[in-house]
Order: sequence, then C-alpha cells, then structure tokens
Amino acid sequence: MSTLAAFAADLLAGKIKVIDLTQTLSPEFPTIALPPMFGQCAPFRLEEISRYDERGPAWYWNNFSCGEHTGTHFDAPIHWVSGKDLPNNTTDTIDAQNFIAPACVIDCSVQSAENPDFILTVDVIKAWEAKHGQIPAGNWVFLRTDWSKRSGADYANVKEDGAHTPGPDPDAVKFLVEERDVIGFGVETIGTDAGQAHGFTPPYPAHFFMHGKGRFGLQCMANLDKLPPTGALIVSPPLKIKGGSGSPLRVLALVGA
Amino acid sequence: MSPPLPPRRKADPLALPRQALMPQGGRSRAALGLAAMAAQGRFALQICAACGAAQYPPRDVCHECLGTELPWRDVPTGAALLGETTVHLSGDTYFRVRTPWRTGLVALDCGPSAVAHVHPDVAPAGRARMSLRLDRSGQGVLLALPERDSPNMMDDPMIREMTCDPRGRRILVTDGRSAFGQEAARSLLAAGAAQVFLGIADGWKPFKGQDNLPGDAVQLDLTDATSVSELAAEFGGRIDIVVNTALHIRPGGPLDRRDLVSAREEMEVAYFGPLRLAQALGPTLRARAADGPYGACAWVNIHGIDALAPAPGFALTAAAQAAGLSLSQSLRTSLAPIRVLTAFVGPLEDEWHQAIPPPKVTPTALAAAIVRGLREGLEEITVGDIAMDVMRRWRDNPSTLARERAG
Amino acid sequence: MSRRAAYDGVVAAVPITIPYERYSIQTAHWWIGRALAETISRAGIRKRDIDGLCVSSFTLGPDTAVGLTQHLGMSPRWLDHIPMGGATGVVALRRAARAVQAGDADIVACVAGDTNGPDSFRALVAGFSRFAADATYPYGAAGPNGSFAILTDAYMRRYGATREDFGRICVAQRQNALSFPHALMKRKLTMEEYLAARMVSSPVALFDCVMPCAGAEAFLVMRDDTAASLGLASARVLSTIERHNAFPEDPIQLRGGWAQDMPELYAMAGITPAGIDLLQTYDDYPVIVMMQFEDLGFCAKGEGPDFVRSHDLTLAGDFPHNTSGGQLSVGQAGAAGGYLGMTEALRQITGAPLGPQVANARTALVSGFGMINYDRGLCSGAAILQAA
Repeated sequence: MSTLAAFAADLLAGKIKVIDLTQTLSPEFPTIALPPMFGQCAPFRLEEISRYDERGPAWYWNNFSCGEHTGTHFDAPIHWVSGKDLPNNTTDTIDAQNFIAPACVIDCSVQSAENPDFILTVDVIKAWEAKHGQIPAGNWVFLRTDWSKRSGADYANVKEDGAHTPGPDPDAVKFLVEERDVIGFGVETIGTDAGQAHGFTPPYPAHFFMHGKGRFGLQCMANLDKLPPTGALIVSPPLKIKGGSGSPLRVLALVGA
Repeated sequence: MSPPLPPRRKADPLALPRQALMPQGGRSRAALGLAAMAAQGRFALQICAACGAAQYPPRDVCHECLGTELPWRDVPTGAALLGETTVHLSGDTYFRVRTPWRTGLVALDCGPSAVAHVHPDVAPAGRARMSLRLDRSGQGVLLALPERDSPNMMDDPMIREMTCDPRGRRILVTDGRSAFGQEAARSLLAAGAAQVFLGIADGWKPFKGQDNLPGDAVQLDLTDATSVSELAAEFGGRIDIVVNTALHIRPGGPLDRRDLVSAREEMEVAYFGPLRLAQALGPTLRARAADGPYGACAWVNIHGIDALAPAPGFALTAAAQAAGLSLSQSLRTSLAPIRVLTAFVGPLEDEWHQAIPPPKVTPTALAAAIVRGLREGLEEITVGDIAMDVMRRWRDNPSTLARERAG
Repeated sequence: MSRRAAYDGVVAAVPITIPYERYSIQTAHWWIGRALAETISRAGIRKRDIDGLCVSSFTLGPDTAVGLTQHLGMSPRWLDHIPMGGATGVVALRRAARAVQAGDADIVACVAGDTNGPDSFRALVAGFSRFAADATYPYGAAGPNGSFAILTDAYMRRYGATREDFGRICVAQRQNALSFPHALMKRKLTMEEYLAARMVSSPVALFDCVMPCAGAEAFLVMRDDTAASLGLASARVLSTIERHNAFPEDPIQLRGGWAQDMPELYAMAGITPAGIDLLQTYDDYPVIVMMQFEDLGFCAKGEGPDFVRSHDLTLAGDFPHNTSGGQLSVGQAGAAGGYLGMTEALRQITGAPLGPQVANARTALVSGFGMINYDRGLCSGAAILQAA
C-alpha cells in the first residue's frame, strides 16, 4: 500500500480526524479596524439572488462581497510592502505545494486570558521547544490564545488606543523565519500581529518579516484548542484570485484520532 | 377645545386594522404647487405678476386680468369662516371611516374664498388662521386653525391625519453610532416618543456615547442586507416612524481619489442602505399607516445640501447624496401614505468637516428640526444657515448654483 | 331697454319623461334613445323629420352628441351638446328656439338622459371638474351634499332660516310626488320625519338630498304652425335668461345669476311674478329653491323663510311649486334633472299632466341651476312659457 493509499484508508476508517479551523463568514464578524482616513477592508455581505421565488423558482443563491482579508483568511507575501517584489507572492502564483503543511501549536491561552496584550517572545518559543522539540522547517506555527472563543466587542477588544490582542514581538518573528524556517504564522485574532503592534519596531513585525521572506499568514482561525502541539496537518488553499493579496478560506486540520 | 389624545392602547390582535387608504390625490399641475408649499410649511398662493390678484383654486390664467405669470408667494394667513358643514356620510373610502369631518368655506384675507378643512376649535362664523398641510395622499390642502393655538390643538384626529407627531409613537433611529443619531433619539424621546429603537452597526467597535445611549439599542447596519432584514423581522411591526440618520460624508472630488472604495461606501450608506431599509420595512409601515391615532406615519431621510449641487471639497459624497435624494423622492410615492421628510443639512459639526469654517449643523439643531418637521407634518426641512443659503440659491437658479458652488 | 328679439312663432311641445330607475344596467345611449323614440311616436313624426338635436348627459362619455347621431342613425343639420347640469333644460330651449326661429332647423329634439350604477355618482363627483378635483372633493369628499351644506349653513346664519323652513319645501314636494306616477319616493313625509332624519352633512340631512338615479327627459321645439299641423298641444316661449359665474365677487353664494337677469326675464315676457301660475325650480337641495323664490322675485332677498311659512307649495296650494315632486321626490337622473321642471311645466300648461292638473295653469316659470364647479353653482337660467 502506498503512503497515500494508507492515508486514505486511515481517513476513511476514522483514524484521521478533520478539524475545521474556520470562523463562519457572517456580516457581523469583525474586520480589522484601521484609522478612518485609511481605506477599509469590506466586511462580509450577502445579497440574495433568489430563494425559490419569482427571481428563481427552484433555486436559492446569493451574491456575496467582502475584502480579501475578511473572516478566516490567508495572507500572501504581497500583502505587505516588504514582500511586494518577491516572486510567486500572490494567491494565484504561490506554489500549491505550500497549501498542505504540518503545524506546531504554541498554547498561550492561559497567558492571553490574563493579559490581552500578551507578547509571544523567543523565550516562550524556546520553552515550548524544550517540551515538544524543535520546530521543524516548513511547519506552520500557530499561536493558540483561545481568542476565537470570544465574540463581538470582546473579540475585537478595541479601546481608545486601539486593539488589545496577543501577538509576537519582532524578535520572535525573526527567530521563526530565520532560525526555524517556518512556512507561516497563524493566529485566532484579527491580525497575525498583536493589537498594539503599530507601536513596535518595525510596526507589525509578523507581517513585515513573514511576508518579507515569502512566508504566509493565517488569521481569525478557530478550534486551535483541538489541535495537538505537533503532528496536525493543515490544508489551507486560498481562492486563486489573480494578483490577490490573500483571501477568505476554509482552513482544515488533519489529526490522528 | 379639543379633547386630549387618548393614550396608546394595545392593538386587538384579532381585529383587522383599518386599511391605509388615501384621500383622492389626483391634481392639476397648478394645484401641485399647494403640495410644494405645504411641504415646506409655507402658506403661499399664486399671485398674479401683472395685477397682484391672489388665485384660488390654483389656475393657469389670472381670473382678474388673464395674466399667465402666477408665481407662488407667501400670503397672510387670516381668514373668516363663512359657512361650514360637518360631514357624517361620505361615499369616499378614506373619509367615510373618518367622519365626522368638519369643512367649510373661508374668505381668505388675501382675497379668494376657499374650501378648507376646519379644525374643531375654530368658532362658527369666526376668524381662522390658515395653513397649508399635506394630507395622507401627499397633496397640499388648506386647514383652518383657531387664531391662537388652543389646548390639545394638535391632538385632534383631523390634524393628526396631516402631521406626524412623534408623541406616543415608536421610532427607529438608524445610526446610533453618531452623535447626530444619539441626539435625534434623545430629542424624540423628549418629544414624547413611546419608544426609540437606536440602530447600532459594528457593535464590536467602540464609539462615543456608547455607555449613555438613549432608547433601546438594536443591531442595525444599513449596509448589511441580513442585518436589515433581521431588524425588520423582529421590530418591523412596531415601528411607526423611521428616522434615518445614517450619514457617510467624506472629502474628495473625482480625481482626489484613486479608487471607488470610498465612493461605494458613500453610496452604500446614502442610497443602497435606505433602499434596503425601505424594501424591508416599507410594506409593513405602509400597511400600518391608518392603524389608529398612533399609526405608522413618517420616514425621515437626511441629505447633505450638496445633493442639489456639489461643493468641490465633497464632490463624490454629493453624488451619493443626490442618489439618496432621488430615492427619497420616489419613496414619497412608494411609501404613501407614509410621509417622507427630507432634511437638508449643510456642513456638520463633526470630524469630517474640520476644514470647513462655521456655521455648521450641530446634533442638537438637526434633532430639533426633525422633531419640528414631524410635528408640523412637513416634507422638506432645511437645517442650518449654509443649507438655507444653498437652497435659496437653488430655488433662484439651479444652473447658476452649480457654477457658483464650483467656485 | 332690452334689445332682444322675442321668440315669436316658436313653441315647445311633446314633453316626455321616461320613468326613472334607481340603478340601471343600461347606458345613457339607451336612455336617450328611448326618450327620442317615445317623442317621435307621440308627435306622430318620423325620425328623419328631426333635423335638429340638442343633447345633455353626464354618462355618455366618451361620446358626445356627435357620436350619438351615428349611434341613433340621425342626420341633423343642427346639433348642440349642453354640459350645464341643472340648467340644461332652460338653455336647450333657448338654443333650440333661436335655431327654429332662424330657420336653421324645423324640429329640434331636446333630450337629456343618464344612467346610474351603484358607484357612478361618486365617480362623477370625484372627477366633476378640475377645481372640484383640486379643491373640493379632497375635503371630506361629501360631493354636492357638502357644498350645499356649507351654503345652507351660511344662508341660515345670514337670514335666520331654520331646518323646518327647508322642511316645508321638502314635505310639500313629497305631497306632490304622491300623485306623480314616476316618482321614486312615494312614501308620505311628515315634518317630524324630516327633522328626525339622519344627518348627512350638517345641516343637510337625508331628506334634503336628491337620490341619484337613471332616466331620460325630452321635448320638441318647432314653429307654431308645425305644431298645429301635427295636432300637438304646445307652449309659447315668452322669455328666457341665462347667466354663468354670476357675482364672482360674492365670497359665498347666497344668490344666483337670476338676481342679475330677473328684470329682463319679466320685461321680455311682459308680466310680473304675480302672473306666474306655477313655478318649477331646480331643487337638488331646498336652500337653492329658497334662493330661487327670492332671486326670481317672488319675495325679497332674505325673505325666503317667511315666504315658505306663509305659502302652500303643493299642487292645490296658493303657490304650486315643483308639481311633480321635483328631483327631491322623483329622483335626480343626471342631466335629465335639468329637464324635469321643463317637461312638467309643459305638461301642466298644455293640459296633459301625469298627475293632478294645477287649476288655471297657463303661464309657468321654469328655472335651472347647475354645475358646482367649485364652491358654487355656476349656471343659472329661467324661462317663462305660456300655453299656446
């Protein structure tokens, strides 16, 4: 039996479970809130085309609209200025081989519950590695904060001085890219960066360094608490938007039963 | 003296509500001028430019000198009641369920005699104060009022057919995120509204005043079809007045921007949003327009005065405002007998008009104007000195206005 | 002095009333055709002998008198269509009389007819005129009931008339109607019933209002020698008047156009009101009857109430008035209502009444009033007829 046939057999036998890491795309799901003078990411919108009525007697369908970075979404390297000139940096040109990869899940849910401004540092990563082994090259690193269990205002957690959500500091991102050669960084919050990362140097380091080195981002994920620290296989192909900077997508994790 | 309005009672769930019929609305072109004047709360008639004779009913030719130039001019409101009747039996479907109904012939101080609706507090054969009102068909009609306001004057069933007093009514204010929406809600409650539903979009995003909201906050985002239909499903049957305060005003002309993102948002808020809301709430609102003394009665839309002619700094917003204004105008027909009140505003006292010198429209001024417009049953109000200046110029010559606004 | 020519040698004859019906499924064409057929039959002439036709109707639309000629297969050399409501009978007579006198036509058939369905009166009122649609109907939509109620109220205030005074007119006319075979209202009316009636548009109550119905009326106008050769009883036309939009400066209508033209009416006829044996007024509401008593010179302005208190208006009374029962009791058949007084007067003075004969009736005054275009009736007319 080939590896793939064995995999398929395990999948059919229920020895491999599929976990949905996706938030439901709905109009009320928060989007990134930039200062009003900047262009804004469109929230998800659904407009009915017909619903078994005079507009279409036997069928129901909708038009939807949203930004590339609405809901659970994928960030391509071209999203950030640091990745703008890289080859194959858009949703339609990224090698499809990248869309299936294993993940390491760093659980910081306790720290994040205590401190919404929790910062993922190299020390935290190294402490995790001490327990679970070094992060292998080509892996996703997911920051588990349990943020996806929040909703509405609690989820966005925007105050007068901006959002307060967990994220990595510049050194941690550089470490993951340069020392561990990760494929990308994934989070449960609206940005791969911390809510207050506009004040970091450089600002938004997860975007700056990840995309600068051609790596990817996954944001607004759910169910990270259902993943093992290592060994989950992530399926995350974005829509093949021509020249796209990212896209909403369904993120699936395959884990052993 | 009119008896005070009875308190709002719960509807009998088994009774079929009174159908929202309208008085006959067909008019000659000249007589449409009455509605145009009534819409603004003016008491004006055609005055012959050649001989000065006042005309009534509206005409195409002067009854004195056969002059054909008959501009509308404000005239004195005094009149004497010459004869009257109280109608008990009418073959008309609208009036027959609203009798007794008092009408009479008045001699207007400006000359002509006129058939008018007569308020019960006008003394028989007495003096009266005339006003032009919009009836439920949206046409201009003459109403004789007592010379001085009488107690409970506005509570009379006849005048309530012609006005949209917020008192006792349940009102949806669409945009509670803005100071303008919040102040409108506050003023409507102060004016006796039974309930104010205050729409909040993007509840997850903090906003000024969120800890001290007047009325009952409800989720509503006019740019979201789902949100609009959910609101309509939940509260549609309870809304008597819609006050759409959603405004999205951003600086910039066609070449000042590189894309349509902002222009689309402006259209979403000024045009698609109200259209969505009208599609969702309109049929219910219209059907409840004759449901007792507190029936559904009005829809208020706010438009930047730029809707009439763009100011260079806000030219793209002006286009969206013009689209919204056009929608308001067509809603007058579609929503009838619900009154559509358009409130024109000049630059607002908000963060988007920092570069515009005063005078600017404050939330309090706008809210007060809306309450007054509803009480008087108007169809058009112009709020603030800038808006009034632009409106006067527009009435004088729309083509000139477009050029002088261009700077 | 009037320079008007007399109507020498012209007579009216063959008064026809087609019995009214409250509601009819027939058209105005049908009703008018029936009246014409009856006229031809009674006159003993052929259809083609009628070379002049004068038509009035509210419900003939979209046709006019022109379309009617083809519908009825007639080829008149003189044609008129008179849209004057309650004044049509008098005005038709004056127009036809001059046509015959001038030789433009030999025999003119004057005919008015209307049909009436359950909603046709309301529809007629709703679109009656531009001013009515613009500035009357939207105010309570009471139609002529409302308009006349306002005039009645003003008249009562000004001249001290009471509801009982108007009741005298209605009760007397009902008394007359009891012996008029075509009257739709045949039940005796007492003053108590009149006063206790349901208020329609105060102060106008149920018995102050006419009942709209379907019907037709007609008569012929010809030279006296033509009438003689046909063996027809006829009446001479002594004088006529017509006025439209009289006294526009009056803020409210307390007098009609008769007040302006009355001197000429009697001067042309060479008689005074005392020489009138019977009076047929236009009576869609009693207040306008009272104004006609005044404006036609039977009493001074404002003395109408005293006049009705001191006269017996029935057939047998000292002032025979609306001897058929008038529209208030016979019914208002649209434009034919403007003919009812004319045909009844012709019958009485030619000795051919449908009910009792008014004693010594030789000279009759017929008066018409029509078209509440806005706040008042615009058309007024009157004619004095005398047995030939």
